[in-house]
Amino acid sequence: MTSQFAYAPEAAGSSGSGGQVPGGNGADDLFAAAEAAQERRRRTVSALLRVLVYAGAALTALVLAFLVGYILINGVPYLTPSLFEWEYTSENVSLMPALVSTLVMAGLSLIMAVPVGVGSAVYLVEYAPRGSRFVQLVRTTTETLQGIPSIIYGLFGMLFFVTALQWNLSLLSGACTLAIMVLPVVMRTTEEALLAVPDAYREGGFGLGAGHLRTVFRCVLPTAIPGILGGVILALGRCVGEVAALLFTAGTIAQVPNFVGEGAFAVFDSCRTLAVHMYVLASEGLHVNETYATAVVLLIMVVGLNLLATFAATKMKKGNDDD
Amino acid sequence: MSSSAAKEGLARALFAIAAAVSVLAVVLICVFLFANGVPAMAQIGLPEFLFGSTWRPANDLYGIFPMIVGSIYVTAGAMIVGVPTGLLCAIFLSRFASRGVAAALKPGVELLAGIPSVVYGFFGLVVIVPFIRENMPGRGLSLLAAALLLGIMILPTVITVAQSAIDAVPRKYYEGALALGADHERSVFRVIVPAAISGIMAAVVLGVGRAIGETMAVIMVAGNQPVIPGSIFDGVRTMTANIVLEMGYAADLHRGALVATGVVLFVFILLITMLFNAIKRRGEVK
Amino acid sequence: MTNAVMERTDAAVVPETGKSPVAFAAPVSEFSHTAVPVETASKMEVRDLDLYYKSFHALKGVNLTFPKNQVTALIGPSGCGKSTLLKSLNRMNDLVEGCRVEGSITLDGSDAYREIDVNNLRRRVGMVFQQPNPFPMSVYDNVAFGPRTHGIRKKSDLDDIVEQSLRDAAIWDELKDRLKKNALGLSGGQQQRLCIARALAVRPEVLLMDESTSALDPISTAKIEELVGELKKSYTVIMVTHNMLQALRVSDKTAFFLLGEMVEAGDTDTVFTSPNDARTADYVAGRFG
Repeated sequence: MTSQFAYAPEAAGSSGSGGQVPGGNGADDLFAAAEAAQERRRRTVSALLRVLVYAGAALTALVLAFLVGYILINGVPYLTPSLFEWEYTSENVSLMPALVSTLVMAGLSLIMAVPVGVGSAVYLVEYAPRGSRFVQLVRTTTETLQGIPSIIYGLFGMLFFVTALQWNLSLLSGACTLAIMVLPVVMRTTEEALLAVPDAYREGGFGLGAGHLRTVFRCVLPTAIPGILGGVILALGRCVGEVAALLFTAGTIAQVPNFVGEGAFAVFDSCRTLAVHMYVLASEGLHVNETYATAVVLLIMVVGLNLLATFAATKMKKGNDDD
Repeated sequence: MSSSAAKEGLARALFAIAAAVSVLAVVLICVFLFANGVPAMAQIGLPEFLFGSTWRPANDLYGIFPMIVGSIYVTAGAMIVGVPTGLLCAIFLSRFASRGVAAALKPGVELLAGIPSVVYGFFGLVVIVPFIRENMPGRGLSLLAAALLLGIMILPTVITVAQSAIDAVPRKYYEGALALGADHERSVFRVIVPAAISGIMAAVVLGVGRAIGETMAVIMVAGNQPVIPGSIFDGVRTMTANIVLEMGYAADLHRGALVATGVVLFVFILLITMLFNAIKRRGEVK
Repeated sequence: MTNAVMERTDAAVVPETGKSPVAFAAPVSEFSHTAVPVETASKMEVRDLDLYYKSFHALKGVNLTFPKNQVTALIGPSGCGKSTLLKSLNRMNDLVEGCRVEGSITLDGSDAYREIDVNNLRRRVGMVFQQPNPFPMSVYDNVAFGPRTHGIRKKSDLDDIVEQSLRDAAIWDELKDRLKKNALGLSGGQQQRLCIARALAVRPEVLLMDESTSALDPISTAKIEELVGELKKSYTVIMVTHNMLQALRVSDKTAFFLLGEMVEAGDTDTVFTSPNDARTADYVAGRFG
């Protein structure tokens, strides 16, 4: 049982032929010697790794703080009332029309994306036979959609909604493009939320004699609401920040669609969202201060939505833990 | 009873139709992109289009090779900047940070993910570009600026995906390494990180996808000259930038060539998605 | 540099290095050894050990000696503190938040908590866990992980250690053609013996086994029990087990724990056949009856 080791630890300074050890116990001693030499090396390597890890985290935190801080410091002083005036003119680049357009655009795309996204998640989780070919197909396409960059959505929207359907550069074209873009976000989060609902809820529903549909709507969906809401808010965030998908679908006209004058036909008006507005300002380079201020408004919206989504997620977690 | 059965059937059908929408969307996207892009490619000639080094629409010269190279350069640069930082940050969050620090940094990373790319682009334009212009050769609008900015932008993707992979490594591996006399750092870097390697690779691939598809931020800092850059201080144009810059006024073959650029980008993205799925599947099998 | 260490270097290393004693001895003498092995009957000693998890008093005034080259079994009902004691021997309890240790644990007379570096302690006091936990890497890399950790990098040295460790764990014949295969592809019993080999690869002096057969089938269990009988020739083995028969079959000494107290310790035969304490008798009888 005694081990017959013959090795020469580099750390002990005897490379090559030196240090052949015939004895059994000698192996253990050599091991101890190697370890003692290793000790200093180990400390150095570990300290270095620790420094690297902390540096990576610190760098991330610094970049975040600097980016947000820089935008806020330069932008907040220019958040003037004139920036929120109803009319956009070339002298006063008010962001109000863009803000309103953003809300209308995001609302419209969510009205389309949320029912479809939630419905398909319900189908995948509650109805479809597990592992069916259709389910696999849907999952693959969802993953594909999630990976497609927004410029491709923009191109598609331009070719399909703007050109083929002849909706022109319009609120509707933009909203439809965004709806497809955020569809996988809504689907994914809803799916996760539904999967997190304990099976006992479903059994409870069926046990009371409720039908499938009733069980889904009365027992499963209400429990999953915070999770779904989190996904909807994430989708909203993407709509608010999107530019590339909108440049060639919704256009860059800095006016609120004229719902008062045209009624529902105003969805065929071109308009620019806040993010597009900011891009136009930045690329013109004439209104730097207003650009900063617009960036602040965008940041605040996104941060607010983020906080909301986090809040919804925690609520979801808590709700499930309580039961 | 039968009316309720009809209702159930109808609901089921509606849900299934909703699920089919995403399939339909992918099909439509493919059809419309290819139907508009492929004829242009054919007219230009595929080799001339992919490997032609001159992009001069006025002379009907449509070679997107500089843009393909530009996209690859910018993406590679972003990886060099973002991947080490992101992975180290993920390791920190998962295995080094105290609970309080993690609770502060994690929402920060999520915030970083939520910031619109146009805000990043503007930040690059007013901070990174002037910095490079003043301290280094060139005009500032450069490959370097785009790589730095994109490196920052992929951080949240890399961090989030890599962290969840590292978090998922069973505790028993860590204990096993410690019990052999390895210290915390060695246990983390030699056992836990290798155990999470497929998730980490997925994070990197996802980062690549993000970087290569990013549009607005790149346009604002990259300079956008349609030539292969000679150094990192030269301007560069990516495929995404090519589309956005000229689509506004393009017509006929020019427009077709831009859509075709989108097709090439789309193929790149599909390959990356497939790679991502393959890695993920391999990780699950293990 | 103490005299004791110098003596040890001279006595133990130099004569055995054979070829180039000077070159080899010189660097070695710079290192500080914390422990001087003394040929005594006791390998590890636990004195007045109190252990707390936050406010929970998990071990109460435990005194126990682990004799060298013998197998000591720790038995008792769930939650009695036997695993806790085992984990405090190689300081794995350090990982548990709010864990506090009072009293002393010594290895060859050196205090395991104050005088020996924790990584060095864990090398000298190896551990095999309840669940087999091979790393998700090749068989070879699993076994070589420990030696590499402790500074052995030469391929030929590692090859020797890997082979010897796998032989010592009686699994070389099964695995010698699969050294490059992922260890997670092995059966549970093979995985556990691989983990034993991995623990042996760092040449520990003590081997802790935390219910190491409880997740295995009877055949694998029998193999490992047989192996433990072999291992005690070179190592001091301390095992926690739920299986009375296993303790009886494998161990030389047995310590019985109840509610954080060590009730009785002694020769295994004595503890099982004529225990001093009524509680021990009840427990042992209850399990048998």
